[in-house]
Amino acid sequence: MIPNQFSYVRAESIDEAIRLLHESNGEGKLLAGGHSLIPLMKFRLTTPSTLIDIGHLSELRGVRKAENRLVIGALTTHREVHSHPLVQEHLPVLAKAAGQIGDLQVRNRGTIGGNLAHADPAADLPAVALALDAMLEIQGEDGAEIASVDGFFLGPLVTALPDTSILTSVSFLIPPAHAKSTYLKYAHPASGYAVVGVCAIAAKDPDGAVEFIRIAINGVADVAYHCVAVEQKLQGQLPTEETIREAALLAAEDGEIGSDHFASEEYRRHLCSVYTERALRDLLL
Amino acid sequence: MAGMIGSPVKRKEDPRLITGNGYFTDDIKLPGMLYGTFLRSPHAHAVIKRIDASKARAFPGVAAVFTAAELADKMKAVPAMWFLPGCELKPKDRPALAADKVRYVGETIAFVVAKDRYVAKDALDLIEVDYEVLSAAVQQEQAMQEGAPQLFDDVPGNLALLWKAGEIPDEVFEQAEVVIKERFYNQRVVPNPMETRAAVAQYNPGGGEMTIWCTSQNPHIHRMIYADVLGIPESKLRIIAPDVGGGFGSKIATYSEEAVVACAARELKCPVKWVEERKEHFQATTHGRDEVIEVELAGKTDGTLTALRVKNTANLGAYLSTFGAGCPTIDFGLMVTGAYKIPQAAVVTYGVYTNTTPTDAYRGAGKPEATYQIERAIDLFADKIGMDPVEVRRINFVPKEAFPYGNAMGVTYDSGDYHLTLDKALEMLDYQALREEQEELRAQGRLVGIGFSTYVELCGFGPSAVAGAIGFQGGVWENSTVRVHPSGKVTVFTGTSPHGQGTATSFSQVVAEKLGIPIEDIELVHSDTQSVSMGWGTYGSRATAVGGAAVSIAADRVVEKAKKIAAHELETTVEEIDFTAGIFRVKGDPDRQRTFQEIAKSANFAWNLPPGVEPSLEGQSFFDPANFVYPFGTHICVVEVDAQTGEVFLMRYIAVDDVGRVINPLLAEGQVHGGIAQGVGQALWEGAVYDENGQLLSGTFMDYTMPKARFFPMIESAFTETLSPVNPLGAKGVGETGTTAAPPAVVNAVMDALKPFGVKNLDMPLTPQKVWRAIQNGREKQ
Repeated sequence: MIPNQFSYVRAESIDEAIRLLHESNGEGKLLAGGHSLIPLMKFRLTTPSTLIDIGHLSELRGVRKAENRLVIGALTTHREVHSHPLVQEHLPVLAKAAGQIGDLQVRNRGTIGGNLAHADPAADLPAVALALDAMLEIQGEDGAEIASVDGFFLGPLVTALPDTSILTSVSFLIPPAHAKSTYLKYAHPASGYAVVGVCAIAAKDPDGAVEFIRIAINGVADVAYHCVAVEQKLQGQLPTEETIREAALLAAEDGEIGSDHFASEEYRRHLCSVYTERALRDLLL
Repeated sequence: MAGMIGSPVKRKEDPRLITGNGYFTDDIKLPGMLYGTFLRSPHAHAVIKRIDASKARAFPGVAAVFTAAELADKMKAVPAMWFLPGCELKPKDRPALAADKVRYVGETIAFVVAKDRYVAKDALDLIEVDYEVLSAAVQQEQAMQEGAPQLFDDVPGNLALLWKAGEIPDEVFEQAEVVIKERFYNQRVVPNPMETRAAVAQYNPGGGEMTIWCTSQNPHIHRMIYADVLGIPESKLRIIAPDVGGGFGSKIATYSEEAVVACAARELKCPVKWVEERKEHFQATTHGRDEVIEVELAGKTDGTLTALRVKNTANLGAYLSTFGAGCPTIDFGLMVTGAYKIPQAAVVTYGVYTNTTPTDAYRGAGKPEATYQIERAIDLFADKIGMDPVEVRRINFVPKEAFPYGNAMGVTYDSGDYHLTLDKALEMLDYQALREEQEELRAQGRLVGIGFSTYVELCGFGPSAVAGAIGFQGGVWENSTVRVHPSGKVTVFTGTSPHGQGTATSFSQVVAEKLGIPIEDIELVHSDTQSVSMGWGTYGSRATAVGGAAVSIAADRVVEKAKKIAAHELETTVEEIDFTAGIFRVKGDPDRQRTFQEIAKSANFAWNLPPGVEPSLEGQSFFDPANFVYPFGTHICVVEVDAQTGEVFLMRYIAVDDVGRVINPLLAEGQVHGGIAQGVGQALWEGAVYDENGQLLSGTFMDYTMPKARFFPMIESAFTETLSPVNPLGAKGVGETGTTAAPPAVVNAVMDALKPFGVKNLDMPLTPQKVWRAIQNGREKQ
């Protein structure tokens, strides 16, 4: 539980942080809330030569509305996300999921950008980001670019974020005003991480048919995934107990479901269906 | 102060601890102190071909690197201290550091000492070790099989011990009206106290004195063992256990690490500190349980139980730990019949070496395993004859009139009234109403279950003659001195070694009651071999029943002497002195009086003592109890199982415990709550999981589920008081009731919930996946 030797630098700006990342030749790591990175360092599972502290950069913090999206600074803490009036009004599912991360101490320190960039497949935000069509603002040596979260997660703790770039903000699509949403999580009793976490957003048209549906799942697979099969099955359908149950049976179709001594692949597949069914019943019945 | 015994006094220890003013081993900082860290084996079973520590030794800031070669003539291996007679025991000591072979993941290979723990840890990575990896024997039944990997050349079949008690011919079971045969696995658990192990050692090269501060439940046992291991006379070896953050049995054991730390301090002539990391704790500190228990229970269709035959195949791990041989044999075997008058019983225990962390006492040590098998078997029996499990228990309870009661395994239960706790618990539950509700809910597809555990346990280890007869290499008496200072303030010395129990509060209550002084006037001194003459420590729920009894007797002796002085000053006889609430009064002339404080001053100043009375005011007791004590009770658990996911939710938990005299109901209830949490933890979540190569898969808190407050409903706790005749307090023991009673209560409840699916038995922990699969299997069969 003692990390390797490393040096620590406090970056005074985003540009300086990018420069320091460049100078570290891929050996540097950005330090935001530190609640995922520091434990890994203590286990010596990651051994950065330099920690580049960006935790105090206030320009990376805050929530604002931009047309049909909410833009959230990467260093906004889980607690701020959970309790922010704009998030609660427009993205209640994000507020709900952020409120389920770790415990209060973790939520006070952990950040939305750190969570996504760390790419723990059992974290709670990847599914929400996928379901809300998140766009990531990434600043690098050649300026800023916008990337979709779809395709960002490459594997456990691996993302498409270049070594010398910083995730500066995340924007989430505000669903239709009459949509309902939920994040249902089966937490591992040891760690509190999601064994399965289902984010579902749905809206019905005036005739009661499903006109908007987004579902994504984290926890069960190496990367969070978008449940396309379930969405296709329900789109345009009149939701009944039967149609929901049948659609939910497809919840594991789009993921590479994993296995460990706590939960086998078979059991995880089953949990995907149960939790998806429960989420959809909450939203559509 | 009258009424102190039985009063819910708040813990004296708390203000200091909760304001961050505790003083734990890791808080100790000595001038010139160096820090050590251990290189541990990544393999469960391997031959060490070569160790090269030259790069680590050359690393800046490193003071020394010790391997087995450097310690060969400096210290001995660390022996166990329970050598059961008549069981072909083959004790294998813990090596100082592994020399030619490693036998479990986490076994120590080298010790790096450096100027700080960061340097030590970096240097550790520079040690090169070549291994020839061998296949591992992990599970005990497999380790006994022909062709299994052998840990030691001279222990064929890895069989460390074979213990037999009683014999029942097969005909008894063949001819019985009803027989239950079942295999229960009591899984391996990791103790995980909040404070991991730690040691600081300081050596005085001039006089040869060694002081070791370490996390110990029994510093005098540590002194006895380490004196021999280190070759330092007990008179020059001082062991201090400062604040200790829990133990659950794991800090009874003597380990090699603490001795290596001391050895390094002696070699380097500098204080050395080592603090176990949590990840090390998972691998290196003794584990608990890990016993495969096969039960045959015979009885009649009228509910009467007639015979019990039990086979325990216990995983002892890679070496024989301190109490390792006793837990699955004596502690387990003598209590297999539980609270029931089963006329015949027999036990055989196989103790097996495997390539896993050594096992030893864990909160309850053998009694929870004994309770689990009989409480589970009795439910299966009730199910088979179609009788309510409560009724079967009632029919077979040892009746109140039968105490002292000799059970079929030869031990004598001191006192008991088993119907009393059962009746009270049923009343708290409203049993009949709940059974009706359960039926209604079942009809709606909801799975509610009610589980019972009517346990009795063996606590308060004693007398010493019995310890000798069963091969325990020590005494089990306890010692106390109650010293009254001239001001009337009191210091109490005890051989008990509290590490979270609140003993400073409860023992002070006993003394306050006896001496009639405020509890604030009393300080408890413990856990320092130089301050306390002797002691056998805190384990086996013996603190109050044995240590507390010694305190009580020592306080009585203070009063006895003080009365003589008071009588002398008041010019009367001792018989004419009445001592109440801290005042000595002449009977019939209450104005003639002396306060306790006045007599304290008189005794210490010694200006005017009666003839034949020596100065000072001190009472001392070396109390060796006449028997063990046998607390008992009824726990009832109500669960609801999510039929879709297999998750188990606790709805209610009722505990009616009879621990004899309750000294402090607040502390007692705290012990009950903590014990239940830990027992439910074993039933539902905890478990050290090894793969077939001996790698510990559940080796961090990310994988190993500790019980958490949010998993629990409010525990409904109550006590009845059936006093023990074996000590002057009438007290029994409360610390292990929860871990003993809870696992079968919870599992019985879940099995009751799963009855519609025909599920008879699942092994702990009842993880959601396991329960879900059982439901699936049951559905398929229907």
